[in-house]
Amino acid sequence: MPPTTEAAAPAIGGQLATFWLDGDLYGIEVAHVQEVLKSQGLTRVPLAPAAVAGLINLRGQVVTAIELRERLGRPRRPEGTDAVVIVVRLHGEAVSLLVDAIADVVDVDPADFEAPPDTLDGSARELIRGAFKLDGQLLLALDVQKAVGA
Amino acid sequence: MDGLDDIVEEFLVESHENLDQLDSDLVALEQEPDSRERLSSIFRTIHTIKGTSGFLAFHRLEEVTHIGENMLSRLRDGALALTPQRTDALLRMVDCVRSLLASIEAGGGEGDVDVSAVVAAISAAMEDRPAPAVPRPRAEEAAEVTVEVAAADEPAAPAAARPTRRKAPAAKAPAAAKARAAAKAPAAKSPAAAKAPAGEAPVAEEPAATPPADGSPPPAPVPTPREEAAAAPEVVTEPEPATAEPSGQAEPAAGQADGAGQVRRAVAESTIRVDVDLLDELMLLVGELVLTRNQIVQYVGRSSDTDLVRASQRLNLIASELQEGVMKTRMQPIDHIWSKLPRVVRDLGIQCGKSVRLEMEGRETELDKTLLEAVKDPLTHLVRNSVDHGVEAPDARRRAGKSAEGVLFLRAKHESGQVVVEVADDGAGIDPARIGAKAVERGVVSQEALNRMSPQDVLQLIFLPGFSTAAAVTNVSGRGVGMDVVKTNIESIGGTIEVESVPGQGTCTRLRIPLTLAIVPALTVECAGDRYAIPQISLQELVSLDAEKAATAVEEVGGAPVYRLRGELLPLVRLTDVLGLTSDRHDGHVVIAVLRSEGRRFGLVVDRVINTEEIVVKAVGGQLKAIGLYSGATVLGDGTVALILDVQALARRALRTETTERQESREALLQAAAADREAERMLLAAIGGGRRVAIPLDTVTRLEQVRTEAVERVGNREVVQYRGAILPIVRLDRHLGAYGETEREVLEVIVYSDHGRSVAIVVEEILDIVDGDAAVRSDIDDMGLLGSAVLGDKVTELLDVRAAILAADPAFYSTPAPAGSAPATYQEV
Repeated sequence: MPPTTEAAAPAIGGQLATFWLDGDLYGIEVAHVQEVLKSQGLTRVPLAPAAVAGLINLRGQVVTAIELRERLGRPRRPEGTDAVVIVVRLHGEAVSLLVDAIADVVDVDPADFEAPPDTLDGSARELIRGAFKLDGQLLLALDVQKAVGA
Repeated sequence: MDGLDDIVEEFLVESHENLDQLDSDLVALEQEPDSRERLSSIFRTIHTIKGTSGFLAFHRLEEVTHIGENMLSRLRDGALALTPQRTDALLRMVDCVRSLLASIEAGGGEGDVDVSAVVAAISAAMEDRPAPAVPRPRAEEAAEVTVEVAAADEPAAPAAARPTRRKAPAAKAPAAAKARAAAKAPAAKSPAAAKAPAGEAPVAEEPAATPPADGSPPPAPVPTPREEAAAAPEVVTEPEPATAEPSGQAEPAAGQADGAGQVRRAVAESTIRVDVDLLDELMLLVGELVLTRNQIVQYVGRSSDTDLVRASQRLNLIASELQEGVMKTRMQPIDHIWSKLPRVVRDLGIQCGKSVRLEMEGRETELDKTLLEAVKDPLTHLVRNSVDHGVEAPDARRRAGKSAEGVLFLRAKHESGQVVVEVADDGAGIDPARIGAKAVERGVVSQEALNRMSPQDVLQLIFLPGFSTAAAVTNVSGRGVGMDVVKTNIESIGGTIEVESVPGQGTCTRLRIPLTLAIVPALTVECAGDRYAIPQISLQELVSLDAEKAATAVEEVGGAPVYRLRGELLPLVRLTDVLGLTSDRHDGHVVIAVLRSEGRRFGLVVDRVINTEEIVVKAVGGQLKAIGLYSGATVLGDGTVALILDVQALARRALRTETTERQESREALLQAAAADREAERMLLAAIGGGRRVAIPLDTVTRLEQVRTEAVERVGNREVVQYRGAILPIVRLDRHLGAYGETEREVLEVIVYSDHGRSVAIVVEEILDIVDGDAAVRSDIDDMGLLGSAVLGDKVTELLDVRAAILAADPAFYSTPAPAGSAPATYQEV
């Protein structure tokens, strides 16, 4: 299957940092990832969009945390499980994403890339560029820019 | 003189640096003659020096830089190509400029540095004539020419321009004599000459590039009559210094300049220029240090290790001092922006045909550089506004019994960690009634809301966006163009603005600006389990009420909670409501932070007050900014993030919704026809004898308590002094013939204000506030009543407020009213 180039998002290749979210494996470009942290104390922001989980203190810097489950229209994280924080740097600004668990860095081949299936629903469809067909697992490529633009 | 000294000093420091850059630029230019960029940079440098020298009346400096600039602009535009001859001419110009600067630095004047040869060389280079074609002036001629030029152009030049060092001493005498003659007359008005150290012959710096002149007529590249002995006029009378070393001055001036010269140079060298970015970075680091310090101090506070405690105290101290020091590096006196205002005032005054004197107070008050920049435009706008609209025309002023010359005051001072800047004029002032009328007309505020506002509140309306855009407003009110922009700008740097005015006497606009943006003192409060920071700049006081007190002290007016703060109704805003949270405080305690915004006060109800601390303001991401309630975030002492509340936005949001609600209720009321006053809220008051009256809340401005002994009499009328005015009183019991108990120490008073007039209605007790709807009404009435209704299960009389007010102040509704003539019917019983 040739890479889908005519789709909105061009195929991506190279290394993806992957993580788990509600049973699915997602990936973002390694270049965007600044660091990964364990669960952090969050300061909630009243009246903020639902996807804004709060603010975290990243060594003195105040960083907005985006709840990716909310962003992708998934159910809330079960009580008692801590989120993992992925700090990404976009346009010089640090933003963090809350995910379930971090996984490996994976080398992906653009040849394995396929546009998102038509059955993918609204909000998630916007954020997922497509899927890499790995052995026994689909790796969903997340559009970081859109994901943090809550 | 000090002002001039400062300016000259700054000019020297700047120019020396620029010249160093220029040298390397010029040399580099030879390598790449086409570099437009370098040419532009050189051009700018020379242009700057030229501009400033013209301003400072260094005419020879101006002359030489002017011609250099001409050539540079043509080089830059490609009209001329850079040839070695031209580069040479430019370099000589730089040398010449340097000599002049050295002379200025040493003696305060241009000395006797001759520029004509350089000027000639540059013109030659420009016209592509071979340099030697410029006839070198004979020595004596040169001397005379120079002296004449100096005398004409430059009164400050005290010097005998001594032509060249090859001149025989004999020739010097006449030249010196001539110079003396020329220099003497202007000497008196010459600040530079006055400053020239007596007995000194400051020596111009001799550029190494200049070969010593010899006996032969020098070739053009060496026409330097650039000279050393800049003799102060007094000096001329002393032969020795006057003839001071004509030749062999190859050593740099610094070597020979004596005390005064060295001091000046030292001044230039004791300052360094630092990149503002570096300072910003330092400031950031200090901010982090302050945060860490807060954390450590907090942590150590729980410890009993005395050594650790001591060390942390030292850390505390040092961090504070460091913070202060770094902040100082960014501080500049407000005079930097004020210094341009006299001109603005003068020009605008002439333009408007007004004579305005500008008085400044506190010009040394220092402010962070970035803030200073941010305040510049708003301040200029306010000053223009004052001259344009505030100060009246001279004949109008005379008619008003003021001096024809208006006075504009600029005052700056430090006040509790803020800088307060006032722009005040003694002009016509702003009439709140006109502002109010205009605001209603423009739909900015409803008539009802306006009636409830104090004159002070009404004035603040000029800052509303809808208010100030139209020119028509200016005609009517005399004020207000662009005031919303001023306000927005001031608020964007965390400042506040308010206006005060006494009609006929003047207007004062007051800006409160934080000292610095990066670190601000703030109050941390808790609300629904989270902490928030409130900048101290908006905080006026804190009120804590225990459950018992809160139950009675927090009342409701028109559905909105209020607290009587020293008699004044303070609207309360619950932070939990604004943020859509649920308070976790259930013990009934009420903690109120009294905040000021836009000249109005309101009370923010929070769960708890934690403490005050210095916080470092961190920007928040776009999504959070869009919420419009937070001005940023900060990291508190224990490492948690706290949001910083934007008090202005909070006030706008909370107080406006309140107004809209009321407006809506008013509209509903109007629709429901005047006869049936459903939805109207009533204040229930007992007037004695078991009678209750209902007073429409619209007519209640404030609830007060007045001590009986404070009641005085004017004729047969009762009055009380209230906020610097005389407030007429009507006792409702007597007015309505109820005869309540008269001997009470404290009177409950309902104050009603409209158009700047107020009356006080005395009742026995304030009972409740009820909705007037669904009330059973009857038209059984009596004197002073509109009817009666059943409110709260009891028959209640509806007060004819108009009649009651007229009883207190017969002239209340006829605006221009001297104290009354018509006797009040019910006053004397």
